[in-house]
Amino acid sequence: MLRVAPTKLETFRDDFTYSNSREAIERFPFPFPEDEYSYSVNIEPHTLPGAAGSVNEHLFDIDEHYLSEMAERAQVLKENPKRCLAMPHMELACWDFIDRAMTTMAADYPDYFSLQKNGEQWHWQNKLLQLDDTFTFGDSSTLPCPPLEYMGRQVQGDIALLDQRDGDLFLDAGIVTCPADWSLAFDAGMSFKEWHGPVPMAHEMGVFERALKYLTAIPLGRPVRRLNWTLTVNARMDTSPETYPMWGVENRSVTAENVGEKVYLRVELQVLDRMARSNALMFSIRTYLISMNDLVTNKDWARRMHRVMKTLPEPLIEYKGLTHYHPLLVDWLAQYDPAN
Amino acid sequence: MSEGLIEVRVASVADVAPKIREFRFTPVAEALPPFSPGAHVVVEMPGAGKTYRNAYSLMSDPFNPENYGIAVRLQDESRGGSVFMHTQVKEGDVLRITPPANLFAPHWAAKKHILLAGGVGITPFMSYLPEMQRRGADYELHYLFRSEQTGAYRDELKKALGERFFSYDSDAGEKCDVRALLAQGAPGTHIYICGPESLIHAVKAEAEAMGVPAGFIHYEEFAAPKPGKPFTVKVASSGQEVAVSADDSMLEALEAAGVEVTNMCRGGVCGQCVTRVLEGTPEHRDDFLSAAEKSRNDCVMPCVSRAVTDSLTLDL
Repeated sequence: MLRVAPTKLETFRDDFTYSNSREAIERFPFPFPEDEYSYSVNIEPHTLPGAAGSVNEHLFDIDEHYLSEMAERAQVLKENPKRCLAMPHMELACWDFIDRAMTTMAADYPDYFSLQKNGEQWHWQNKLLQLDDTFTFGDSSTLPCPPLEYMGRQVQGDIALLDQRDGDLFLDAGIVTCPADWSLAFDAGMSFKEWHGPVPMAHEMGVFERALKYLTAIPLGRPVRRLNWTLTVNARMDTSPETYPMWGVENRSVTAENVGEKVYLRVELQVLDRMARSNALMFSIRTYLISMNDLVTNKDWARRMHRVMKTLPEPLIEYKGLTHYHPLLVDWLAQYDPAN
Repeated sequence: MSEGLIEVRVASVADVAPKIREFRFTPVAEALPPFSPGAHVVVEMPGAGKTYRNAYSLMSDPFNPENYGIAVRLQDESRGGSVFMHTQVKEGDVLRITPPANLFAPHWAAKKHILLAGGVGITPFMSYLPEMQRRGADYELHYLFRSEQTGAYRDELKKALGERFFSYDSDAGEKCDVRALLAQGAPGTHIYICGPESLIHAVKAEAEAMGVPAGFIHYEEFAAPKPGKPFTVKVASSGQEVAVSADDSMLEALEAAGVEVTNMCRGGVCGQCVTRVLEGTPEHRDDFLSAAEKSRNDCVMPCVSRAVTDSLTLDL
């Protein structure tokens, strides 16, 4: 059933004690459908419940790293409270998020979460974090902290709430403590095309126009998902521009000898879900990390990883920040590809 | 299209103006989801020879709706949808609707909201008002109607809104001075218009002349597809030929022939059904494509647009 290990806290910094169990490796969302790298928006319906035990089973995936990721989030917020922002007009969207998260988590993981509604009086219990709170739905003064931060501290992965107006989406609220090199404080208030400005190649392809048309029409109760990926050196969740001095140098620490343990495939399960009362879009970015050593325990993944890395276009190598260690990685992965 | 539809029971039917009938829907199974101010649903109307699908704004308090309310004006040139609603739908009937979607949401960061309703165009504002009051937003509602045909809910609105309510009954010779209305708008005021094309165009033209930025003007008009001369649609992928009769829309004809086309509002607004044209010349009737896009004639919105040529080949 559920792979929650509630006792031991792992770290995503300093001594990096994060590790995946065999089960976590087996359910890892490997993102490459083909041997050759190709760019696509790859959005598909997130039909719930998804395959039992998979990361797609529930709207919010809770796994063995829950307590560790929540502790990491608390640490990041303590160091920089601006990792959680909500413009005043987004308050209703924040409550929509609370409704969606509490309602689905209580139904999907009844051993860990429970929700009782008595009109607007709600009673929420999170047994993993030992929370027991009663509040008035929609009244932020009845929560111990602002609504987005309150619930954001209880779900794995980053959350952005996008306001929809004039056929465009605006990044007007979010709690972002494990981003793949982007900053909520920098992107706050930006439109869809503005925050995608740095993505290479896709603009010429008209990808964003098509994606925006699709996203603004996502109906209530019909979420969609896509996988995004990059590589990270060490199991570091918080690779944000704000902390670049901490992790940027680590890109140079990869050697031919330590590729397997140092380099992690970082996959984001991105889900877009329409919020009922505010018409905002919830954009959840659930991050999974797997070391190359663990990844190559699956022979198909190992072979494909090599072929995809080998065919990765130069602009993407640069955009994803892989320049320093990409050749080392390709060489190391070659041993798992019979074609070589 | 049938995927994800909600079954609702017609809980009440009431005449709220000489030509406007109100329907209240309650759920058949699960509770109806809350929705956002300005949202609409598409109601499926199983007529004798044909299924009509029209979009209607929801009028209930969106925060915790016990029922979904819509109001339907009997159209003078109805192709059947509004006639069906007025003559066929009775209390206790079960209908199917899409989940709520929204193309006309308020800009909550606005300093002030001026709502301009024309006739049955009052409907989306019925769901704006409870949320505006909850937020303590600054707003005015200007309601233009002809009391011999429309003007639903004006007494209760006057009572509920007090000084924020302004009414103009053109059957009583009352006129709304749009220029004066726009001129008093402080910076940061957003204007919302829902009503006939003539009202939308008049306000837009006035606003443009006064230099009001386009991003501050919002409007919604679901153009029910109007009849036109018959033509043939060719489906490029299958070679199938589909006849579009004078009264059917291209989208309806394609759906009846089993060809799926992504769509949402069915009224020329949302842009979801836009399709590439490979051969033939479309007759554009939508409010989504820009003038430049229309002049290229390489895409069309099958929900409302038709064809100039006898046939149109679509990239479907």
